[in-house]
Amino acid sequence: MVAGLTENNKNNRISSTSVNAIRRNEKIAFGMLWAAAIITVLVLIAIIGHVLINGIGHLSLEFFTQEPENMGKEGGIFSIIITTVYLALFSLLIAAPIGVSAAIFLTEYAKEGTIIRLIRFCTESLAGIPSIIFGLFGYVFFVVFLNFRYSIVSGGLTLTLMILPTIIRTAEEAIKMVPRSYREGSLALGATKWQTIYKVVLPTAMPGILTGIILGIGRVVGETAAVIYTAGSSLGLPNSIWRPGRTMAVHLYTLASEGLSKENMYATATVLIMTVLIINFAANKLIKRLVRI
Amino acid sequence: MKTYERIIQLVLFFCAVIAILGVLLISYFIIKEGAPIITKVGLMAFLTGKQWSPLQGIYGIYPMIIGSLLATVGALLLGVPVGIGCAVFLAELAKPRVAGIIRPGIELLAGIPSVVYGLYGLVVIVPFIRKTFQNQGFSVLAGSIILAIMILPTIINISESAIRSVPKDYKEASLSMGSSHWQAIFKVIVPAARSGIIAAVILGMGRAIGETMAVIMITGNSTLIPESILSPIRTLTGNIGIEMGYASGEHQKALFATGIVLFAFIMLLNTVANMIPKKVGE
Repeated sequence: MVAGLTENNKNNRISSTSVNAIRRNEKIAFGMLWAAAIITVLVLIAIIGHVLINGIGHLSLEFFTQEPENMGKEGGIFSIIITTVYLALFSLLIAAPIGVSAAIFLTEYAKEGTIIRLIRFCTESLAGIPSIIFGLFGYVFFVVFLNFRYSIVSGGLTLTLMILPTIIRTAEEAIKMVPRSYREGSLALGATKWQTIYKVVLPTAMPGILTGIILGIGRVVGETAAVIYTAGSSLGLPNSIWRPGRTMAVHLYTLASEGLSKENMYATATVLIMTVLIINFAANKLIKRLVRI
Repeated sequence: MKTYERIIQLVLFFCAVIAILGVLLISYFIIKEGAPIITKVGLMAFLTGKQWSPLQGIYGIYPMIIGSLLATVGALLLGVPVGIGCAVFLAELAKPRVAGIIRPGIELLAGIPSVVYGLYGLVVIVPFIRKTFQNQGFSVLAGSIILAIMILPTIINISESAIRSVPKDYKEASLSMGSSHWQAIFKVIVPAARSGIIAAVILGMGRAIGETMAVIMITGNSTLIPESILSPIRTLTGNIGIEMGYASGEHQKALFATGIVLFAFIMLLNTVANMIPKKVGE
C-alpha cells in the first residue's frame, strides 16, 4: 500500500518517510483533540468539585430551615430558598403557556412569511441579549414605569422574557418530532385541528416540552444580573408577590463579593450547584423518553 | 366550531408575537433612558472619552470598551482552540461511550450559574494569578480564563453540529484519495464546516461580552485603561452591574447609555451569526 502510493504519487512527493511523518502528525493532532476534550471535562470537575468539597461539610438541616442572620453571615437560607421557588414558579406560570402556545403556532399554523421570520429573529435575539440588559429593562419598565417596585412580579416578568426563547425552541423541536401519521390518524377520525393538537400532538411532545420548562427553571435559579435589579436583594420572606426578595444566586453573589462568610458562601453555592445538577439530570431523563417514541 | 378554532389560532398567534413585543419594548426603553446622555455628551465623546467620573458628570466609556474587548479576545484565544478541538473530538473521534460522558458534562457546564463561575474565579483563579505574578490578581487574565470556560458550551455545541452536518461523502472521498483521517478532518471536514464554526465563535463572543456577574467578581473593575493583561479592567457589563445599585438621576441614565452600546454590540454579533448558515447546505 505504502509502496503503491510512492510509485503512483511521485509528483506529490509522498515517500515512505513522509507517510511516517503523516502518521506521526496524525498521532500528535489526535492527542491534542483528546487533550481538548479532557480539559473541558477536567474544568467542569474542578469547579463542581471545589464547591462541593468546601460546601458539603457546612450543610445541615438548620441551614435549610433557619432564617439568615446578620446579613447572611450566620443562620440558614430558608427565606432565600422560598423566594427562589416563588420566582421560578411565577415566571414559569407565565412563560410556559405563552412559550408552548408560541411553539404550537410556529410549528402547526404558521406559513413561512415576513411575520414568521420576524418572530424567529426576535426569539433568537431574546436568547442572545445579556442578562444585565434584561435587568436594566426590567428595572425601568416593570419596577419604575409600571410601578411594580422591586417585587416577585417585576423579577418574574423579566425572567419570563428571558426564558421564553428556551421554552419556545425546545417545545418547537418536540412538536416537530411527533410523527405526521399521528396527526393524520386523528384528523381522519374527524377531530378538528385544535383537538388533534391538544389531544394527540401535545401529549406526545410533552417530555420535550417539559425539558424546555425544566431548563427554564435552571436559568431562573442561576440568574443574578436580571434578578437583582428587579426582584431586589432584600432579606426576609416575601409575603406576597408584590414584595421583594433575594434568590439563592443573588445571595451567593452578595456573600462572595462582600466576603461575609466563607462557610455560608460555600454552603449556598453547594445548594445552588446541587439544584442545577438535579435539573440537568431531570432534563436528560425526559429527553431520553422523548427520543424513544 | 369554526369560530372556536379561529379564536384559538388567534390566541396562539398573539403568544408568538410576544417575542417581537419583548424585543421592541427592551430596545425602546433602553434607548429612551440612555439616549439623552449620549446626545448631551456627544456620541464620539461618550465612546472615546477616557474618563468616567459620574460625580463630576464626566461620562467616557472608552476604558470599558477596551476592557470588554480585551477580556473577550482573551477568552476567545483560550476558549476557541479547546472548544473546536473538543467539537472535532466529539464528532470524529469519540466512541459513543466516551461522548456519552462528555456531552452531559458540557450541558452541565452550560447550566452552572455565572455567580458560581465568579466564585471559582475569585477563590481559585485570582489568588493563583496573584501568587504567580505578584500583583493584585484581579485582571484581564482572570476574566479571560473564566469567560473562556463559560463560552465553551456555546462553541462546542454549535461547532459539533456544523461538523456533523458535513456530508459523509466528503470524508470518504478524502480517505479514498489516500489521505489520513487527520488530513481528512483538517483539510476537508473542518473547512467544509467553517461557516458554522465561525458562527459558533461569534455567538461565543456575544456571550463573553454580555457576561456580567462572573466578570464583576474577578476583573477588579478599575476604570483606568489597562496596560497589560495583568491590569485590572472594568467591562461594559461591569460598569452597569456595579453602579446600578446606587446610581440615580443623570448617572443612572449614563448606565443605560452604556447599555445601549452593549446592546448594539450584541445585536450586531447576533445578527451576523444568524445570517451565517450554521450547517452545510443550509
